[in-house]
Amino acid sequence: MAQFGFENDIHSILKLDMPITNAPMMARWQRKGSSSNAAAGLSSLSPGKSVNVSQSSSKTPSKTPGKNKKTPSKMGGDRFIPIRNSKQMDVANFLLTKENEPVDANATNSSETQKFWSVSLNGYNIHDAKILHLGGQPLNAPEGYQNNLKVLYSQVTTPVSLKKTRYISLTAEKILDAPDIRNDFYLNLLDWSSRNLLAVALHNSVYLWDATQGDVTMLMKMEQEEDYICSLSWTKEGSYLAVGTSDCKVQLWDVENQKRLRSMASHTARVSSLSWNDHVLSSGSRSGLIHHHDVRVADHHIFTLSGHSQEVCGLKWSPDGRYLASGGNDNLVNLWPRVSEGNSSEPLHRWSEHQGGVKALAWCPWQSNILASGGGTSDRHIRIWNINSGSCISSLDTQSQISSLVFAPNYKELVSAHGYSHNNVVIWKYPSLTKVAELNGHENRVLNMILSPDCSTAATAAGDETIRLWKSFELDPIKKKTSERKPKSTSSVIHQSIR
Amino acid sequence: MTSTLKGITLKGSAEMVAEFFSFGINSILYQRGIYPPETFSRVTHYDMSLQLTTDPKLKNYLTNVVTQLKEWLFECTVQKLVLVITCLETNEVLERWQFDIECDKSAKESSAPREKSIKTIQDEIRSVIRQITATVTFLPLLETPCAFDLLVYTDKDLVVPDKWEESGPQIIDQSEEVRLRSFTTSIHKVNSMVAYKKTDSA
Repeated sequence: MAQFGFENDIHSILKLDMPITNAPMMARWQRKGSSSNAAAGLSSLSPGKSVNVSQSSSKTPSKTPGKNKKTPSKMGGDRFIPIRNSKQMDVANFLLTKENEPVDANATNSSETQKFWSVSLNGYNIHDAKILHLGGQPLNAPEGYQNNLKVLYSQVTTPVSLKKTRYISLTAEKILDAPDIRNDFYLNLLDWSSRNLLAVALHNSVYLWDATQGDVTMLMKMEQEEDYICSLSWTKEGSYLAVGTSDCKVQLWDVENQKRLRSMASHTARVSSLSWNDHVLSSGSRSGLIHHHDVRVADHHIFTLSGHSQEVCGLKWSPDGRYLASGGNDNLVNLWPRVSEGNSSEPLHRWSEHQGGVKALAWCPWQSNILASGGGTSDRHIRIWNINSGSCISSLDTQSQISSLVFAPNYKELVSAHGYSHNNVVIWKYPSLTKVAELNGHENRVLNMILSPDCSTAATAAGDETIRLWKSFELDPIKKKTSERKPKSTSSVIHQSIR
Repeated sequence: MTSTLKGITLKGSAEMVAEFFSFGINSILYQRGIYPPETFSRVTHYDMSLQLTTDPKLKNYLTNVVTQLKEWLFECTVQKLVLVITCLETNEVLERWQFDIECDKSAKESSAPREKSIKTIQDEIRSVIRQITATVTFLPLLETPCAFDLLVYTDKDLVVPDKWEESGPQIIDQSEEVRLRSFTTSIHKVNSMVAYKKTDSA
């Protein structure tokens, strides 16, 4: 607005300077006087000297006293919603009115400023409020109490089992009937071949279930009605099945031709556990003895290991074939060397930590020096052993009889099958042994458990006369492809040597 | 106090706010781990499950404070309630839960009930307590054993009752502050805020 007025003034001056024809002639002094008047008006409106400047000389604007310290600088990610309570309005009003008043040195001591400082520093007016608290003894938490949140916070890395979340099927994918299965804890009645055949012993006969086709075939039946099958074991290639029986024999079957190749007698009691190591078949018996059979030669019985005083119900060769682990009803776990390495009948290690019969034994497929063993009803512990040092790495009370242990390599887990009292299957993360999942469904004790050749499925046989298949370890389709590309060795050691 | 009531009186409001403080303080003590969690028992209130202390000494102390507070709320002489958490060894203030109370002093015992349903107020209270629970995620861990104190800011002319003492404000220097939700009974308005000591890493 000011400059418009200024412009108008200039125009009026210019107009005045122009000779006006209609107007009466003005004297020179008159003209001069009027022009000087206009000039004076112009000078007063000159933009250089504004009202503001003239006032600034009289007083400098006071600095906003003490920016409100209570304004939060960081809101923890939340929005800042200012709350206009009446007190802040008072402060604002005080500041606004104060600004236009001249500030003198005495003003800092005034009660009003003191009030303001009190509010901004203490959050309350010292003259307005009293702070009270209930006197007496301070209430402290009990002696020695530590904030338990510390545990929650101080964990640097989250447990591995939580990192990789995957879908675990908690119900059985398939349930097969297993009529007349012997509900005997010490027997090993289930084995799954690398050719995807699941062999099951039902009382005195052996059935094969083709997991790919779903067909069932009966492989054999004991001649005597009172005899029964005690153990089954496939060769590595899956072409031959060893069958341990109650009449103290070990039979060897060619599955393709459904023909019995051999019947080997050397034991004096039922053969309740079997394990292959190339051409050597080891068998554990109720007598407590373990026999090595060389199935290629006529004189098959090549060695005897005597380290157990009761039935040998768990028997497993390590994947590299260097060690044989055996578990017995005498609560012992023995570790034997391969025959060629030491011809002594003394075990390398003898562990007596279990308080119950040891049927569950498992070698870790990705750590060759790790053996897991599980004890029976009176023990209920899973123990992990370092076979090199002979030390127990970890142990865990599962609260339930352990009938079988299997390492599931797809997710590096340990799977345990339980009898009394939970009758279920539990998946544990290895090596932390934190529980990943429980597979419930069996109505009686689980007797045996075996992993499928692709390691995606666990089969369990239980006293409720069912076999359940749990497809709980399936790999991602992408991961699966890479593992399938690996070449497979298909040469059969026994095939070449047996005839 | 029945939920069928439509309005709220000064007395009801004071009772409700005092009840909120009782549950709120218990929640803070539980969530921040000031007291061992096993000394708390679960109750359902405001349609949510809350933890209440079973420690007899603590219970007694809280009852005393809340009863007195209710009286002051009724008289509209209380301005703030502050829960201060201090380090037991150094007496340093680590956390400060501040509840600003704005009282409508025009409300009298005899005045007509205000139009606000108890359900709405409880909904508001519930969201404040939920926020208290949620603060555990960002508040720094209290690593040392801690003690707590309750400060009540009252009007200046109030006669200090027996056993009560005057105290300092116990401000944290270098603090971060987070405002929480507020609720109002239309007679008492409670604004909540938590201030905590800035950690070096932050």
